[in-house]
Amino acid sequence: MKSGSRLYRFGIQLAAVVLALLFTTIILLAANGQPFEAYKNILKGSFGSVESVTNVIVVWIPLLLASVGALVTFTAGLWNIGIEGQITLGAIATTWVLRTLLHTDTPPALIIILSILGGFIGGAIWAALVGALRTFGGVNEIFGGLGLNFVATALTIWLIFGPWKRPGIGSMSGTEPFPDTLWLPVISSLRLSWWSVMIGVLALVFVYILLSNTYIGLKLKAVGKNRKAAALLGIPTSKYMMSAFVICGGLAGLAGALQVLAVYHRLIPSISSGYGFLGLMVGMLVNYQVIWAAPVAFFFAALKFGSIQLPIVLKLDSALSGVLQGALVLFVLMMDGVRKRFEKKG
Amino acid sequence: MKVELRNIHKYFGPVHANNNISLTILPGTIQGIVGENGAGKSTLMKILSGFFQADTGEILLDDVEIKIHSPADAIKQGIGMLHQDPLDFPPMKVIDNLLLGHEGGLIPERKKVASEVKNLANQFGFSIDTEAYIESMTVGERQQLEILRLLWLGAKILILDEPTTGISASQKEKLFETLTKLASDGMIVIFVSHKLEEIECLCHRAAVFRGGLLVGEAIQPYHINDLVRLMFGKPMELGNRLGNLGNNPVVEIKDLEIDDPRLHIKNVNLTVHAGEVIGIAGMEGSGQRLFLRALGGLLPTTGRTKLSVNDRDLTHEPYGTYLKGGIAYVPADRMEEGLIPGLTLKDHFVLTGETKKLFIDEETAHQRTKVKISEFNIKGRPNSFVEDLSGGNQQRALLALLNESLNLLLLEHPSRGLDLESTIWLWEKLKDRCKTGTAVLFISSDLEQILNYSDRILVFFGGKVSKPLKASESSVDQLGQLMGGKGFSN
Amino acid sequence: MEFDLIIKGLAGVIAAATPVLFATVGETITEKSGVTNLSVNGTIILSAMIGFAVATTTTSLILGFAAGAIVGAAVAALVAFASINLKQSQVAVGFVLTLMTRDLAYFLGNPYMGLSGPRVPPAFEIPILSKIPILGTLFFNQDILVYLSFVLIIFAYFWVYKTRPGLILQGIGERPASAYIRGTNVNKMRYIYTIVGGALVGLAGPMYSLSVKAGWKGAITGLDGIGWIVLAIVIFGGWSPLKAAMGAYLFALLQWLGLVLQPSLPSIPSQVLQVAPFPLMILTLLLVNIGNAEWVDRTLMALPENTRKIASKVLRSMRTNPPASLGVPFENE
Repeated sequence: MKSGSRLYRFGIQLAAVVLALLFTTIILLAANGQPFEAYKNILKGSFGSVESVTNVIVVWIPLLLASVGALVTFTAGLWNIGIEGQITLGAIATTWVLRTLLHTDTPPALIIILSILGGFIGGAIWAALVGALRTFGGVNEIFGGLGLNFVATALTIWLIFGPWKRPGIGSMSGTEPFPDTLWLPVISSLRLSWWSVMIGVLALVFVYILLSNTYIGLKLKAVGKNRKAAALLGIPTSKYMMSAFVICGGLAGLAGALQVLAVYHRLIPSISSGYGFLGLMVGMLVNYQVIWAAPVAFFFAALKFGSIQLPIVLKLDSALSGVLQGALVLFVLMMDGVRKRFEKKG
Repeated sequence: MKVELRNIHKYFGPVHANNNISLTILPGTIQGIVGENGAGKSTLMKILSGFFQADTGEILLDDVEIKIHSPADAIKQGIGMLHQDPLDFPPMKVIDNLLLGHEGGLIPERKKVASEVKNLANQFGFSIDTEAYIESMTVGERQQLEILRLLWLGAKILILDEPTTGISASQKEKLFETLTKLASDGMIVIFVSHKLEEIECLCHRAAVFRGGLLVGEAIQPYHINDLVRLMFGKPMELGNRLGNLGNNPVVEIKDLEIDDPRLHIKNVNLTVHAGEVIGIAGMEGSGQRLFLRALGGLLPTTGRTKLSVNDRDLTHEPYGTYLKGGIAYVPADRMEEGLIPGLTLKDHFVLTGETKKLFIDEETAHQRTKVKISEFNIKGRPNSFVEDLSGGNQQRALLALLNESLNLLLLEHPSRGLDLESTIWLWEKLKDRCKTGTAVLFISSDLEQILNYSDRILVFFGGKVSKPLKASESSVDQLGQLMGGKGFSN
Repeated sequence: MEFDLIIKGLAGVIAAATPVLFATVGETITEKSGVTNLSVNGTIILSAMIGFAVATTTTSLILGFAAGAIVGAAVAALVAFASINLKQSQVAVGFVLTLMTRDLAYFLGNPYMGLSGPRVPPAFEIPILSKIPILGTLFFNQDILVYLSFVLIIFAYFWVYKTRPGLILQGIGERPASAYIRGTNVNKMRYIYTIVGGALVGLAGPMYSLSVKAGWKGAITGLDGIGWIVLAIVIFGGWSPLKAAMGAYLFALLQWLGLVLQPSLPSIPSQVLQVAPFPLMILTLLLVNIGNAEWVDRTLMALPENTRKIASKVLRSMRTNPPASLGVPFENE
């Protein structure tokens, strides 16, 4: 963390980025694509118009929520693989609140607020389950999280094809869309809602302050860096690990809530869209520096959205964004290992 | 086969673990190796058994210089080591343990090996069940097995590292019989132990290590006192203790019992008074650490244990209650258990201070840290990361982090890694605490320190505790003998 | 349901379980040596695609399978390298790789979507043995891959428990220090077993794209998630190749039951029954793991002597113990 000058470390990370780009380019060539064209199209797809930029932001917000949530659990030394399921449960909870209050006299604004709250709680509870499985069941949080991810997916499918199915036949397109009174207000004709942006930014600020300026944050760090010593100092480690799960789950739940309220306006089968795993990857890249989660998540969002162009324009699969994202994290990890080896020898 | 170590030097960074060690051992000898932890005996044995290579110096077998590159290489040359925790495979069967690593074809010849080893076992009066699982065997049995394995692989030199920790008296007898027989058959047995009585009774010669040097060798007939004198140096001047501060009992320990896989500590009864200092002596692994941890609420006790502090029964309570009850524990492994690498000094003070509010009061924390830094003379700044501090300063930091008023302060090897000046300073601080009524219990391997500063002394040996001795009436000799096991009824 | 149909269905279960079986046995071997390869999910998808692509392009099934195995081995080697040489967390590297390999598969596989390629030749009977009632239909009227899986189970069991190198494999996972003093090059062996395990995982992919779920259909292939189940089965199977195989069959059985019970459970949508085996499989982990929690140990300590011994025995029989050194890098100091 402190060894080596900052320029040196920056250089290492830059090397990782270059290697990742190199790798992705090679893959592009292997698929008979033209790298330059592909990158150009991704950039055009994300930044080519005001509309596309706002769409990138639409992708950015839930990813940002998942990323800062992941940072909380990483700080406590935990691998919260279950974050995908937590997003999903947030979405389910939000949908439930919306459906329940839809035909009542409650003012729409209140319904929306309650449903957002519901999303937070839904995700938090799902994460608490992972924590409980770990503390009381001795189940590693990786497997607990994975298992609950599967349960969340199954639950979604059951709801979409069962009790919450559209009149007629249940279909993969999800539940009945909500009337636009229950949509988060958007900016003119764009898909983006100011409210989403606000929630995302607030979450970022919240996590930043939590981890840098509060006692809770410091205790989480202590637990993550040296559980034994933290326990000796009197920190109830299990409680704090559980808190980390709950906070991350809540933030993930918010992401799920926004997916329902602002993006899809209904519950669809894969509502978490991989944001959970992607958020973990962003977390792995920023090395505990919360502020960097914003630009890195934005970059990832731009990649994800921009690459939607690829199948249309160049007949390449949009999974290229995933390849680049994965390559980035992988090479950062490898270069970090290489650096440590050189330092040991020297 | 004769073995000779010549001018062996080994450094670990700045630490000169083996300083010009020369030792010759003739076949048929049971060679004792004695010394405190850190004296260099384990390092030397690891060199002989192939774990590391010496920086300079030679090893000769029958006057021929050899190089030992790895433990497997060592056994090929006839040197086998029995580790304190036998390096076997607990979930596997005896027969598999034997076969693993033994050269041979694709399909191991189970029957052949089993009968070979059984024959060997019979020669020594051992009985082994080749189908038994290692984890169901006692430590003594696992040792027997490992010795058999080494002999079966052709060991001519057998190194045993603290072999009698955790085995029964009858197993020990058996072991000694075996070792004597092996020596009379011409093998070399190297017996590393802190149990001076056993060394005296078993070993033809005993090489004593201290501070990285081979300070002397006792040759039969010798007496434990000879060993003690070589190990600990001249007895120390007494003085400097504070003296008991009144008779208020602070800690009551009744029938303490701790169930550990290797040691069974039972029937410990002790009353500790306010402001009293109790020094705990004992070779590492004799149970004092378990005892101290139990007092600190870090280890569960069993049986009819009753532990009370200021009349509050703390038995079986969670750790948090002990902290609230004014009990603090300072571990010996500073970076593994005491401090949190990656966090700064200030962070640590924040964590041990008032944490009820939401936001960290940076200013106050900074100030408080600076005050503590100067009060405890820590060479570091509030923003220094604890892993960058020297060992001595880390110890000062640990002390600085303790609560203002404590009922009971427990310290594991408080002066380990500290120079003389820091140690004296440390004790000034501790005595200050005693003046305010804190009772102090500390483990140390420095007998001078124990005699100097304690009011009373406990000595641990093999899980047993001596009756508390008055420090003013004790001596290095007496402590050394107790530590070596003399005077403990079996 | 008619008895005959049930038997035929079960025979189908055995066939369907085969890819999972290969992957599970492979990962069991890797973990037995002490390395966790979390990238299994993505590796299976990538090896399925590459196996299909190679087989279609070269019209050779053998080359397709070989390509799949090489992919599996390469990814596993990467995990081993990052862990052993670069000392990075196996979880971190495995996690990234599992996502990246999947995306690589979708990306590179695009041109191959919907193509038809060579298929593994259909089931054939083994003379005499296939005439045995019930067992004959179940085991001896299958395609070559299934027969190979039987061979694999027998061979893996034999290798691990009956040979000398198998003992070493157990040793390096349990207590590398003990293996080291007996002359084993622990890290080299870990590399080898991780790669071999990875190759077996890599074979599972083509078994889908060239047989069970022929062709490459990108994200719809339904392979996403299988790898995670494999990891769970390894634990559920107590790191034993035999039990791992049982786990694979159990999972395939659950999937089959989902299909079969559909008409009798009209209230449950078919899609749910399709997805249900996944969480059900994971739920078993909880039962299997209950003995490992800390609070259990503490509660045990406070019990009187006699009760404690009995409770201890019961919990111990319910525990599955991972190789003691799983995930822990080895330093010979």
